[in-house]
Amino acid sequence: MEILAILIPVSLGLGAAGLAAFIWALRGRQYDDPKGDAERILRKDWDEHPKP
Amino acid sequence: MSDASLHDARLSACPACDAAPLARQLADRAGAVQPDLILSLPTIHCATCISDVEGALRRHSGVRDARVNLTLRRVTVDAPGLEAQELINVVERAGYEAHELDPAALSASVADRQGRDILMRIGVSGFAMMNIMILSVAVWSGAEAATRDMFHFISGAIALPTVAFAGQPFFSSAWRSLRAGRLGMDVPISLALILASAISVFETIYSGHHAYFDAAVMLCFFLLIGRYLDYRTRAVARSAAEELTALEVPRAFRITPSGDEAVPIADLVPGDLIRLRPGARVPADGEIVQGTSDIDRSLLTGESIPVPAAPGMALSAGEGNLTGQMIMRVTAAGRDSSLARLTALVAAAESARGRYTSLAERASRLYSPMVHLLAFASFLGWFWVTRDLRHAVNIAAAVLIITCPCALGLAVPTVVTAASGRLFRRGLLIKDGTALERLAEVDTVVFDKTGTLTMGVPQLVSLDPLPVALRPFALVLAQGSSHPLAQALAQAVLKDGVSAAQVTDLRELPGDGVSALAKGVPIRLGRAEWLGASHGDATLSASWFQMGDSPAIRLEFADRLRPGAKDCVAQILQSGRRVLLLSGDAPPVVRDLADRLEIKDWRAGISPQGKAEAVRALSDQGQKVLMVGDGLNDTAALSVAHVSLSPASALDAARTASDMVMLGNDLAPVAEALAVARRARSRIKENFGISILYNIVAVPFAILGFATPLMAALAMSLSSISVTLNALRLR
Repeated sequence: MEILAILIPVSLGLGAAGLAAFIWALRGRQYDDPKGDAERILRKDWDEHPKP
Repeated sequence: MSDASLHDARLSACPACDAAPLARQLADRAGAVQPDLILSLPTIHCATCISDVEGALRRHSGVRDARVNLTLRRVTVDAPGLEAQELINVVERAGYEAHELDPAALSASVADRQGRDILMRIGVSGFAMMNIMILSVAVWSGAEAATRDMFHFISGAIALPTVAFAGQPFFSSAWRSLRAGRLGMDVPISLALILASAISVFETIYSGHHAYFDAAVMLCFFLLIGRYLDYRTRAVARSAAEELTALEVPRAFRITPSGDEAVPIADLVPGDLIRLRPGARVPADGEIVQGTSDIDRSLLTGESIPVPAAPGMALSAGEGNLTGQMIMRVTAAGRDSSLARLTALVAAAESARGRYTSLAERASRLYSPMVHLLAFASFLGWFWVTRDLRHAVNIAAAVLIITCPCALGLAVPTVVTAASGRLFRRGLLIKDGTALERLAEVDTVVFDKTGTLTMGVPQLVSLDPLPVALRPFALVLAQGSSHPLAQALAQAVLKDGVSAAQVTDLRELPGDGVSALAKGVPIRLGRAEWLGASHGDATLSASWFQMGDSPAIRLEFADRLRPGAKDCVAQILQSGRRVLLLSGDAPPVVRDLADRLEIKDWRAGISPQGKAEAVRALSDQGQKVLMVGDGLNDTAALSVAHVSLSPASALDAARTASDMVMLGNDLAPVAEALAVARRARSRIKENFGISILYNIVAVPFAILGFATPLMAALAMSLSSISVTLNALRLR
């Protein structure tokens, strides 16, 4: 059962990482325009070179 | 931090990289100076549209940045010192329709913050729930002694802060309703959350078998989803309603010694001279000082025929100026204008409507005392039988958790979201949360005529009275005016394949008509008196055409039906509901329309108060009335009716008074909305049935003391999922 000492912190850490990513995305207004973001990836504007 | 850096942060390509602290700051600053321009783009729909609009705007000099929001169909432009009109032209040249939005009328940042707040709580409780579930699975599959206690401790360490954070909306709402002396749905929820957490902490410390940490967090998670759906429905409706309001940027052109200046309508004072351009709406009450024109009163009185206007005539706010430019002196503005007086009438009517008790409220009124009684009775029963306080509290907590209204909390919001989403795609916007339920009860539909069943746009009845040889001359005259009758004539003649004749000296005499010289012969198109003819007591509006000295030819116009009107009325009649037509227009016109639509009950020449009285009389007879209207004269009736609907072309006041707004021109969604509302109501009732069924099965186990945390988790998730699936059948 010693393995639990590693597994539990790891699972909690992964959960915390997921939560942090979610909060980061939410704070970054990434949920403001879901439709627009889905379409933006199809644009050809910056295919040749990255956006300045 | 300067303003510029704030906006750069919002509009940069990767707002997330630097916006976290700025976003909140920005939200706090809402209401401060807003130099960004917001344009509404109703026609954009794809990736190319985004590129086109953003590209066109960025290439325009003076524009620092532009970002399209496809979900809201808006573009936010950072262009200090530029006028909205200039940007609208840029976007229109790129091939997209654009309208200016008044940023002050869009309180988006406040609403956004509320939505993000609930989303954040859902996220936190969701992640906490998953982690606790992993630990709980170990406990359910037989972890024992020290391992079980450790797992309980870790679960508690995650669950307690989560419940404290994610449960806040329920705690605060429960506290509010308790202070008001009511038992809302949130009281048993809060009690279950607190009791479950407390008993689990106690059990964990004394190494008991059952801890309900997972149930407490799961409860938060599911109920927050219900809250969020509820919020979303209201937010979508509100933002679209705000957009309709924001589209009318209310400005008037005041005449000052240094030229005209555009001022907000709120700044007008009696005595101001303002210029009325053709096509503009009258911003305040006043008197014409100079100029002649025709006035469209249809939104105020329901009259479909424009009235000629000349100096000395009184104008009311809300009337439309059609043909000529005029100068008017303001006699009453803002709160004193006739528009505001009608609004007061609406406010009085609204307070008389009485509050509607929603299905959810009725359910919770029955449910809350039941839950408390059950839990308390099982506590007393077990304590009396076993004299074991710990066991009795455990049982009471289990009963509270099992009965807790996860499914009940989702039953209404999921159905309303699915139904309003479906109606929104058909162009119907639901502004009020209970409107769908009220719509389901409707048995009588009352229509207004002008602007509702008809477009408020005239159409030539027949081209036959006009000899073929004269048609090119009639066309050239008609094209010279922006009067609706002239436009309708031009349209009809053009459709016939006629091209315009050559004329000289084309002149428009506002209020009278248009005249010109065709090879030296005077030709005229206009109202009867001007051409020496008499309109008589004819039922239809008419325009007259005269060439030289020959007798004038009468051209009749009828109001054009709104598309889908005939089908809509037929479907409503077929569904067994009563249809009524109430109009402020003259009887013959109304009779003609009623015959065309096969409406048997109609009344003409009714005043605004009369309409409200008629609707109230119907309600007093126990009928549930759906009022459909667009004008100021309908506003009072709209607010008296059980549920009300107005087209997007309606006046602001009418849209505000109604529960639903029709975004398209087509009237067909109205009949569909009635059907969808009925189905939605039966789905809600089915959902209540499902949650009660789960309770009937699970509660006896809980009361008898056989309930385990595993059972609570299963009942909760299964009932929530089945309720949601049932609601999704509506889509």
